[in-house]
Amino acid sequence: MAFENLTDKLTKVFKNLRSKGRLTEEDVKIALKEVKLALLEADVNYKVVKNFIKSVEERAVGSEVLEGLNPGQAVVKIVNEELTNVLGSETVELKFEPGQATTVIMLCGLNGAGKTTTAAKLAGQFIKKGKKPLLVALDVYRPAAIKQLQVNGEKQGVDVFSMGDNVSPVEIAKQSLEYAAKNNENVVIFDTAGRLQIDEELMQELINIKKNVTVHKTLLVVDAMIGQDSVNVAKDFNEKVGIDGLILSKMDGDTRGGAALSIKAVTGVPILYVGMGEKLSDLEQFYPDRMANRILGMGDVLTLIDKVMAESEEIDKDKEKDMRDRLKKGKFDFNDYLESMNQMKKMGGLSSMLGLMPNMGISKDDLEGAVDEKQLKQMEAIVLSMTKKERSNPKILNPQRKHRIAKGAGVDIAVVNRFIKQFEQTQKLMKQMPGLMGGKRKGPFGGFGGGFKMPF
Amino acid sequence: MEKEKSGFFAKLKNGLNKTRINLLDGLDSVFHGFSEIDDDFYEELEEVLVMADIGVSTTGEIIDEIKTLVKVEHIKKPEDCRDYLINLLSDRLNIEGDQYAFEHEKSIIFVIGVNGVGKTTSIGKLAYNFKQDKKKVLIAAADTFRAAATEQLETWAERVGVPMIGAKEGTDPASVIYDALQSARARDVDILLCDTAGRLHNKKNLMEELKKMNRIIDREFPGINRENLLVLDASTGQNALNQAKEFKEACDITGIILTKMDGTAKGGIAIAIWNELKIPVKYIGVGEGIEDLQKFDSKSFVSAIFED
Repeated sequence: MAFENLTDKLTKVFKNLRSKGRLTEEDVKIALKEVKLALLEADVNYKVVKNFIKSVEERAVGSEVLEGLNPGQAVVKIVNEELTNVLGSETVELKFEPGQATTVIMLCGLNGAGKTTTAAKLAGQFIKKGKKPLLVALDVYRPAAIKQLQVNGEKQGVDVFSMGDNVSPVEIAKQSLEYAAKNNENVVIFDTAGRLQIDEELMQELINIKKNVTVHKTLLVVDAMIGQDSVNVAKDFNEKVGIDGLILSKMDGDTRGGAALSIKAVTGVPILYVGMGEKLSDLEQFYPDRMANRILGMGDVLTLIDKVMAESEEIDKDKEKDMRDRLKKGKFDFNDYLESMNQMKKMGGLSSMLGLMPNMGISKDDLEGAVDEKQLKQMEAIVLSMTKKERSNPKILNPQRKHRIAKGAGVDIAVVNRFIKQFEQTQKLMKQMPGLMGGKRKGPFGGFGGGFKMPF
Repeated sequence: MEKEKSGFFAKLKNGLNKTRINLLDGLDSVFHGFSEIDDDFYEELEEVLVMADIGVSTTGEIIDEIKTLVKVEHIKKPEDCRDYLINLLSDRLNIEGDQYAFEHEKSIIFVIGVNGVGKTTSIGKLAYNFKQDKKKVLIAAADTFRAAATEQLETWAERVGVPMIGAKEGTDPASVIYDALQSARARDVDILLCDTAGRLHNKKNLMEELKKMNRIIDREFPGINRENLLVLDASTGQNALNQAKEFKEACDITGIILTKMDGTAKGGIAIAIWNELKIPVKYIGVGEGIEDLQKFDSKSFVSAIFED
């Protein structure tokens, strides 16, 4: 229940309010109460949530509810847009110094945020971009931190510079640059020790490093699972040391990652990368829109809506209306089935669509197990093995015809029988629920025709 | 405990100082900033509790209880709610019975959690505490995944002066556990501490790996005192609830080690976890030093947070 998706919640709240022209203050208040809870459950900082809600409220009250959306969806749309606004409307890439000039990057953050692993992952990314990175071990405190960086560096095929744990990080930083220059390494990555932002002594160490060597980019590594404290951490690191970008680690967990929003709102620095796994290749670009959806617990529902809408525009309107009418009357035949299968394929197949759904706690593997694309192919083969007459008039399917179809599709007769039975049940179901595919609500899935309720 | 108690307590209070100041600051402004108990007062209260990572649902519950108390007890002034709130919070951390009996008997302590919460460091500190109590301790280094994890633990083992069983990177961690169990038997140790690799609770295979290790311990030492301790970073938000749920399902958790309490995070998630899952906090980490692991006592914890 904890992660009930926001769209569902809002749909429930707005059950009784349909097809209004404009959002009233009351509508917005009710909806935003749910939004507030969702954001807090996602660990967005309370104060950030308060400000955010205020700005959404101002924008939403009195705004038009687009045709096809209910008030709840209309609010979600605005919330999502605002959220994306705060998170950054586009992906930001890390900028290197021009030409062969050396770029110096310093990673910092709390203990256990994932700096050492991220350092090695970054090095891997930079190699792909044609750079020659050097990893520098500045964590002289944690036991075996240097060794960890060395092992990871070796796995990535990257040079690691260290001077043991008896030399000051400032000195190591200085000498590493000379070393890099000698070895033609043009991106230098400082892996610093984890520290609390209130530890004055250790914070001073970072400041000293920046004073003594030119650091082009200071990146804060933050555990995506962090709670309300994210704001204090980011603020202090930014004010004391100055940060240019953010990396969110451990995003392959099931955290909603509200810290991303909090930190962005407080510091304004762009989020550059997200850590998506334990393998050294698991570092990805940051996509603000995806993050917005994740924080709201909507998966990529909105992406899905967009996809469906874009597709539906391509579909001949008359044909669509015709199909809906037929569906309502329960006159749904195998031609319609093929048609909707094709639509679905255009959108990248069922697995990919399910992958866009909120994936809190559900792994891709689980999804693939749940929906057997192979089985879908089998069904398609069955339909394709029917004559045109059989497709438009399933009633004429006698045992003889079914045997022929089974042979044609290369499946057992039992499979054909099961499929046809399922199909008939769906037909009945659709007759009983004309509202389900109804014409009145040209909602997100309206344009999808019957595609979403197929008998798989 | 004839350890330097005063030093310990000072450390604890020191570590908790920031927490105390923040929470108290917030609380006092709530209790003194309002002349009457109204919606604004409750909203402010909600803010303070949510900001401590107590979570919206537990916060809602606590506020509802306060509202009831206000009605039943005819409370008029906001500041009179203060003591009730403290009680409601400490009720949610209170554990009955001796939670540390295992320390005095032969026990196997299995330490688990997500990445980067401080498992290895906590093991080092636990080993130190037990060694101080003259226990025969053995450490199993079953994090064979993270680079140099074994070396990190080895450093701790040397510092404390206890033996460690390890293997090279990539070895099946279950086999390390098995070896350590045999060694524990042969050496007749009092306490075996098992370190494991950090794993996100939504990784099916890694959770299966954990279950396997847990099963091996049960099989080799049936009936022995088992402590499965989940290590949680105090700065973790609501995701810690998922962590606790999933790890509990994989292998029954008997307690929590709440680490990094010397930071500004308030660790309120422990209250939410107790509230939903009734898992008690057993130790808290209050610093990077070897002595910086404290037994958790709900009374002194709450009073350290709230006392003036």
